[in-house]
Amino acid sequence: MSAKLLGERIKRKEDPRLIQGRSHYVDDLKLDGMLHMVFVRSVYAHARLKSVNVSEALAMPGVVAAWTGKDLKGQLGTIPCAAGMPDLKIPDNPCLAIDEVCYAGQPVAAIVARDRHQARDAADKVEVDYEPLPVIADPEKALEKSSPRVHEQFEDNLAFEAKLEGGDWKAVEADKSLKVIRQRLINQRLVPVAMETRGVIASYAPGEDTLTVWSSTQIPHLLKTQLALMSGMNEARCRVIAPEVGGAFGSKLNVYAEEGVACYASRQLGKPVKWIETRRENMLATTHGRDQINDLEVYVQPDGKVVGLKCRIIADLGAYHQLLTPAIPTLTALMIVGAYNIPNVSVVTQGVFTNKMATDAYRGAGRPEATYIIERAMDLVALDLGLDPADVRFKNFPSPKEFPLTLSTGVTYDTGNYQKTLKKVMQLSGYAKLRREQARLRKKGKYLGIGLSTYVEICAMGPSSRMPAGGWECGVVRVEPTGKVTVLTGTSPHGQGEETTFAQIVAEEFGIPFDDVTVFHGDTSVVPMGIGTFGSRATAVGGTAIYQATQRLKKKRARIAAHKLGVKPGQLAFKDGKLQTADGGKSISFGDVVGEAYFARQLPPGVEPGLTEQSVFEPPNYTYPFGAHVAVSEVDEETGEVRLRNYFAVDDCGRILNPLLVEGQIHGGLAQGIGQALWEECVYDENGQLLTGELMDYAVPKARGFTWFETANTETRTPVNPLGVKGVGEAGTIGSTPAVVNSVVDALRPLGV
Amino acid sequence: MKIRIKINGTVRDDDVEPRLLLVHYLREVAGLTGTHIGCETSICGACTVLVNGQAVKSCTVFAVQADGAEIVTIEGLAQGDKLHPLQQAFWDEHGLQCGFCTPGMIIAGHQLLCRNPQPTEEEIRHGLEGNLCRCTGYQHIVKAVGSAAQKMGEQWQVTSDK
Repeated sequence: MSAKLLGERIKRKEDPRLIQGRSHYVDDLKLDGMLHMVFVRSVYAHARLKSVNVSEALAMPGVVAAWTGKDLKGQLGTIPCAAGMPDLKIPDNPCLAIDEVCYAGQPVAAIVARDRHQARDAADKVEVDYEPLPVIADPEKALEKSSPRVHEQFEDNLAFEAKLEGGDWKAVEADKSLKVIRQRLINQRLVPVAMETRGVIASYAPGEDTLTVWSSTQIPHLLKTQLALMSGMNEARCRVIAPEVGGAFGSKLNVYAEEGVACYASRQLGKPVKWIETRRENMLATTHGRDQINDLEVYVQPDGKVVGLKCRIIADLGAYHQLLTPAIPTLTALMIVGAYNIPNVSVVTQGVFTNKMATDAYRGAGRPEATYIIERAMDLVALDLGLDPADVRFKNFPSPKEFPLTLSTGVTYDTGNYQKTLKKVMQLSGYAKLRREQARLRKKGKYLGIGLSTYVEICAMGPSSRMPAGGWECGVVRVEPTGKVTVLTGTSPHGQGEETTFAQIVAEEFGIPFDDVTVFHGDTSVVPMGIGTFGSRATAVGGTAIYQATQRLKKKRARIAAHKLGVKPGQLAFKDGKLQTADGGKSISFGDVVGEAYFARQLPPGVEPGLTEQSVFEPPNYTYPFGAHVAVSEVDEETGEVRLRNYFAVDDCGRILNPLLVEGQIHGGLAQGIGQALWEECVYDENGQLLTGELMDYAVPKARGFTWFETANTETRTPVNPLGVKGVGEAGTIGSTPAVVNSVVDALRPLGV
Repeated sequence: MKIRIKINGTVRDDDVEPRLLLVHYLREVAGLTGTHIGCETSICGACTVLVNGQAVKSCTVFAVQADGAEIVTIEGLAQGDKLHPLQQAFWDEHGLQCGFCTPGMIIAGHQLLCRNPQPTEEEIRHGLEGNLCRCTGYQHIVKAVGSAAQKMGEQWQVTSDK
């Protein structure tokens, strides 16, 4: 009756609606009487707001309302930051600026009109009187005592300083046989650029006193709680729906000013209010990623064994904390030793305020930075000691037998076999042959470079004890009276394909057709509780909750069937759509068991009617996927232009449930990581003005920039969840940036780079 | 201004503001929200539709400029229940993830295959250069367009040619 589903290349359930233009993103929704909102944003990176005058805007055709920060003061809460760390400075972050603006693009007024064009026209009539203040845009300079302060309420621009230390540094420093390699690395600021910009519709029903919010978000449940708190609403009367979401990459893992103001506007006006972000706003005022300066010291033995790693991280946080801003760079420290058992580690992380948009999660979130640091370090060691970069890596890998492995950083890696992925990618790429080709080309004055990256990442976020707002996930599986199955998940997929993956889990475990299972997500009134989709957690945490709920239902199904047949539940097995005894003598169809459950006339004692189970999975640890990548680049000897000639990736994300979707995740991740290495950079000038404010200025990778990715996998399962899956959403991004940079540096080695 | 436009085989008469963009006309007046807006600067290609058989970024054309034209959007590509081979290939090859760029990408792929029915990988990549995708890394999209090219041959007619 049911085919084997897990591990198969199953086509997505999501796609028919998407390929026919029949799906609904926020901007596709129209409600009766809906009004449109636009924002007036600061043109200065730092200024005092002397006055904001909306009277002329209010007189414009179609305009219904206009508000400034002063109007909202005390009426609407500030934007929340969930990251908790000792001595963290948290500036008030009002949804509309009140007395001061601290970054270009900060909202200062909101205009609501009957249509979007009228609102836009009226926004131009808002008069803002700014008194410019000194701007600090450089995070390193921002640490100097003489620099202007982003927030006058604090004595300096240091938002926090965190230290992570492990090992015996006295012994390391006393050991004069060690070489010390020093290097500064820059991890530039990036813009996530989800193809769908943000957008929100808030709809308050005055009679029912209910607030419904459609938002392009990764975290509908967390958003509901926060919007209720900000709005002063009874949370039970609030509902958040994430409809189709057009990509996010961490940039929609947040609670934004515009969402808060939309709720306020709808409650004031008693009508639905829609705000759709323009791309220019998206570049300016949706969170950015990365932006770190890393000063590193590597302590290495003459044989290539790295014994110590020190790093100072300066993380540019921007002007305000969004939901997880300060937490992101702390993940860099946590993962800084990467795939190597380095016994001594010392990391100082300084989070710094600047007059820029906040940084926050962007695909990888702190781990790409860590991987860049450690993978550049390994190549620096190889270069310094005249060793092959692959040999240095083999030298420093832990043995597969050492797992679970607690590292000097204090984290415990679940499982790993780093030798296997590196060997496999060397075979796939013809590494030895590539080195011979490189030697030949160098003699001809051609620059071919081969770059390695052997990453490990921290995924499946995560144990609640280590998370700012809970790390569990909720899954509900309900067999309907007709035998069709409804699955509810607290994760909120936006391209990952969990409607397919989760249906595979339930259909295979339950022994029913794949088409009989429907997965719903993203509506807080439908899904009882949830956290969301980020940190490569959906399948490992959310999928496990569904798996567990399915197991409970299987037990209940067997109890009901056994009672009806007069046997013990353990005597029954599910086969060909029936629960039957081993000899086949007694059997009951799945449909009849479902009927028993709902008619409830002869249920076993203590068994409740219906066939629905909920599970909330609390992961005991993170998972640690890993992989090995090889990039091959050519640098044009005349122009310096880099051409990525080949890319090979061997990734291990634990057990693979759907190889087709895993490939898709890897490809997309690679594109973003390669984009960082070769093209992308979010640039502000010294006045805090964003220079890359449009897609005309910011180089989102195009189809032609890439070579054909050659990918393969190994499968090292994790014991952290019963499915054995680790997570794959961020792997490609994390692994690829250093591989490409290492290949370019390697190409230019004859020039002394 | 009064305009008459044939969209996916149906003629519409509308009175629109001169400044109304074609994409806003399609989405807000004609109610066809399958065509998306990703940038407003004609870089991303999410708004690509066929105007008289040519792929056009509908965010850089006024609705009034399309007066008298025949337009095909993503909603008009399938023939009844039968998906267009490009739609089928995007599904088969996992050529989409979040789906936001997909309608524009499929229309751009359509234009590409009309001009060059048997493109090489390089030609496909070049032909899709005006369309951005942030999810897929393009590989499965390139694969989908290539596989649709193989299957299409002469057997498929565009809706606007009917």
